[in-house]
Amino acid sequence: MKRLVPMLITAAGGFLLIVAYFIPYWQSWGEKATIWFDVLASIAFILGGGNLLKVHLKHVSDRSRGWGYSLVVLVSFLVTLAVGLGKVGVPPSPQFPAFAWSGPYGQPGGAFWFLYEYAFKPLTSTIFAMLAFYIASAAFRAFRAKNLHAFLLLGTAFIILLGRTFAGVLLTSWIDPSIWSGFQYFTGLRIEVLTVYIMSVFTTAGNRAIMIGIALGIVATSLRVLLGLDRSYLGKE
Amino acid sequence: MNVVEFLTHQWWLLVVVVLSVWPLFAQFRSLGTEKVLRTLDRRWIFLLMFWAVLLPIYYIGVTGDTFPEVPSVLSEATFDEIERLNEGDPVLLSFDFDPASGGELIPMATAFTRHVAEKKLKMYFMALWPVGPQMIDESIERVIRSDFPELVYGQDYVNLGFKSGNEGVIKVIVTNFRELYTTDSYGTAVEKIPMMEGIDNIQRMRLIINVSAGYAGTKEWVQYAVTPYPALRLVAGVTGVQAPLFYPYIPRQLHGMLGAIKGAAEYEKLVIDKYGGANPDPKYLEALRRMGPQLVAHLLIIGLIVVANVLYFAEKRRGATR
Repeated sequence: MKRLVPMLITAAGGFLLIVAYFIPYWQSWGEKATIWFDVLASIAFILGGGNLLKVHLKHVSDRSRGWGYSLVVLVSFLVTLAVGLGKVGVPPSPQFPAFAWSGPYGQPGGAFWFLYEYAFKPLTSTIFAMLAFYIASAAFRAFRAKNLHAFLLLGTAFIILLGRTFAGVLLTSWIDPSIWSGFQYFTGLRIEVLTVYIMSVFTTAGNRAIMIGIALGIVATSLRVLLGLDRSYLGKE
Repeated sequence: MNVVEFLTHQWWLLVVVVLSVWPLFAQFRSLGTEKVLRTLDRRWIFLLMFWAVLLPIYYIGVTGDTFPEVPSVLSEATFDEIERLNEGDPVLLSFDFDPASGGELIPMATAFTRHVAEKKLKMYFMALWPVGPQMIDESIERVIRSDFPELVYGQDYVNLGFKSGNEGVIKVIVTNFRELYTTDSYGTAVEKIPMMEGIDNIQRMRLIINVSAGYAGTKEWVQYAVTPYPALRLVAGVTGVQAPLFYPYIPRQLHGMLGAIKGAAEYEKLVIDKYGGANPDPKYLEALRRMGPQLVAHLLIIGLIVVANVLYFAEKRRGATR
């Protein structure tokens, strides 16, 4: 029963959405199923929060390696949660001036805004910006033209790297039919043109093949799940 | 001011850069180029990247110079999709990103908001990412409230905020908007918002503009909105790592795309050429300004790869000779 009910819900939901897609009369049923999905997705935030608390509280109580970081996570999470749910420090809304916390929580000056502006935003931006440093280091250490494939990859990378900047335009600007009429047959070799060609022909072809393969895989796997042949998503017995 | 004049005025900067890498030069002299490069501490590479990004930012900040941009076909297609619309047409702007991707995507969001405001289109902002509403608020503050004060909230633009459910949200609002959106981001009932009248689903939108940093984003808009309802038009501004994945959707499912900061810079140029005036506000030149650091950083990466490969082949040849 523990596995049968989730399997039936999955099969019913999946087949309903498939039928709703192809038969307009069933469309409203499909909408209802999708709204259930949205409600579940909202509840997943609570589960996610609960899981985060469980994992990090255990780290702290066990004093396992790096427990201090878990403590930082817990404090940050609880403070943000309290400020967000309690709308702490939110100024009154112009529509409801008599109610102290009626304004939007994200409004400048509010505590939630402060956490976002001075903690979340700089931290996430910094982590993402650090990629540039690691990419440069990794390129120096790992990118070697060891064989023909690697050489082609390297050449393509150079063309794209140059083509995404003004250097690409500058380096091959001499391939100009106004300088010599014979260049009209070679304008396709200008780096900015080559970049567009690589992206729109080679990349598209490769990606399309991968996407079709993935889509076929998804169809096969989905059918197995809906028919109850694949039960791995339910976990172990 | 050209580069030489800049360096003449800012000579101290050159001194700081040279002093910071001086120990590396000293190592080259004492140990030999090959040995130093073979055992190069990655912190030297970090330092070079730091200067490669910082110096152009400083140069562009002082001089205001930017590189000329030639808009690509995709940027022009994106621009034309908005240009073909008439005053008062409804446009959905879905800002599905967070501050981590802001370096690439905020200039696009700014340029899109400005272009749509210049065209006097009705703007319906929404987000599939939890931090999206903040991105929307920033764009509204940066563009609409400061440069288009005549636009009225609820009549000309509305912030519908974030809804959880990723593609589930798209699947619902594409046929029934009010099943999910009963209020705007500030808690006002949609029935009390004048511009929501007659908007019962997003098929009413003349265009969907999506600024996306990943899941849920452009791919989901293509799959769950445009593909089942081909009359919908979609343009997107996406991060560099995502852009190659969306080429297969162009042009039938995705009608225009700005890829990374380069796409943003091309689009900024198109908007400035048409609406910018002689002296545009620097906030509308952000992507164009960021092409400088991108150029020097890319050249540094190419240089590092070339040096590493020269070293590799030299070692290989020596091994073969022995």
